Amino acid sequence: MISITTALDWNWDTTWDVLPTLLSTFLKVTLLVTVLSTLIAALLGLVIAMTLRLAPKPIAVTVKWIANFIRMTPIVVQLLFAYYAFLSLDGITIGILIFGIHYSTYMSEVYRAGIDAVPQGQWEATTALSMSTRRTWTAVIIPQALRATIPALGNYAVSMFKDTPFLLVIGVVEMVNAGLIFGGNTYRYIEPLTLVGIIFLLASYPTSLLIGRLEKRLAFNT
Amino acid sequence: MDEKLAALVEAMPRLLDGISVTVQLTVLGGLAAFALSVALGLAATHPSKAARIPARIIIEFFRGTSLVVQLFWLFYVMPLLGVDMHPLVVGVLALGLNYGAYGAEVVRGSINSVATGQWEATTALSMGSFQRMRRVIFPQAWALMIPSLNNLLIHLMKGTAIVSFITIADFTYHLDQLKRVTDTVFSYGVIGLLSYFVIALILTFIMNALERRAKRRLGQGITLKSVLSPAPATATPGGGA
Repeated sequence: MISITTALDWNWDTTWDVLPTLLSTFLKVTLLVTVLSTLIAALLGLVIAMTLRLAPKPIAVTVKWIANFIRMTPIVVQLLFAYYAFLSLDGITIGILIFGIHYSTYMSEVYRAGIDAVPQGQWEATTALSMSTRRTWTAVIIPQALRATIPALGNYAVSMFKDTPFLLVIGVVEMVNAGLIFGGNTYRYIEPLTLVGIIFLLASYPTSLLIGRLEKRLAFNT
Repeated sequence: MDEKLAALVEAMPRLLDGISVTVQLTVLGGLAAFALSVALGLAATHPSKAARIPARIIIEFFRGTSLVVQLFWLFYVMPLLGVDMHPLVVGVLALGLNYGAYGAEVVRGSINSVATGQWEATTALSMGSFQRMRRVIFPQAWALMIPSLNNLLIHLMKGTAIVSFITIADFTYHLDQLKRVTDTVFSYGVIGLLSYFVIALILTFIMNALERRAKRRLGQGITLKSVLSPAPATATPGGGA
């Protein structure tokens, strides 16, 4: 360990200088954006999935292409576009909205698969019980579809978390940007950038493992 | 509008240069990622722990530490360690390592999804492990993995948009230049997002063609014979899974 840190010219004083800043931006920016964007993506994704399923065909097709368009274009360009188009909003707000919208297009696909996985018999049962469309969805289909989608939603939340450094393109001081600013002031890049990587790894790997376990537990037994 | 179009025509050679850089990064990064995916994916399915454990560590490390961190680490820290690379090399390397780690999981999952009977058949035919992978398992896994690899390739293409921050003049960089002489909606919105969308559609089209070809070679999917035959096409038994 000592030989590695010597070869890297690792400085422990610098480490302790920069670590508090990184951890505070981790909490105040990275986690904040991840949590709020995940909520937006989870809700908007469901709206998109239900529109694709229930809306008249021309509307459904239009929504589908808009979703494809958002999903297949870079979040970096979307962030720049929204940031300069809505100058009254600050970077973090733009980030939360764009990450939420971008990932809602992925989550809508997850919901769609979840809805398709609800057994046909459940639909038939709601007809047999003459349930209204509203009740069919809220009491029967969505609760079962959600169960199967929770792990996938978790995985997208983790990828969103790892995508938050893209926010630096619109000047948001998230962890990587905080590290680069520190590096620019002190000419020390090794410590801040390595620490940011370690923080990402320490936060995302255990979460992925937990999601994997959840996935096994919630798997449909059909 | 005429002014914007004039500015667009004036900026066109530079925008095309930028698109060419973005496509180069996507193709080279994609090839690097694919090579790494196959190497790590095969190692992660290897019976020996000596191959599996290092592969797992590399996969989790590059999946877990975020593309942007890897990009800036390679760009700022490697020169301090005495390794000076051209920014384009840094870009290709970061994209290749990050998406290669994701791709390795796809390769591993697809190899594990090939029907058990296929593995048993190779044993019955006393094939060696190389021949088994080369002739039987990988061609079937390949057909399974293409849709997921396409998703990763689109992710990789979208990821290239960050490289102007390590001094590469890619398409996004030139969009910023265009924005200065026109406006945001026209530059990033119309020209930028639409062009990236077209690139993504072309990539998807190519990958779909690869998938059809892979399935055809396995005797699945539409062939000239099944189109011309009067009986309805059925799944051929040779395909497995």
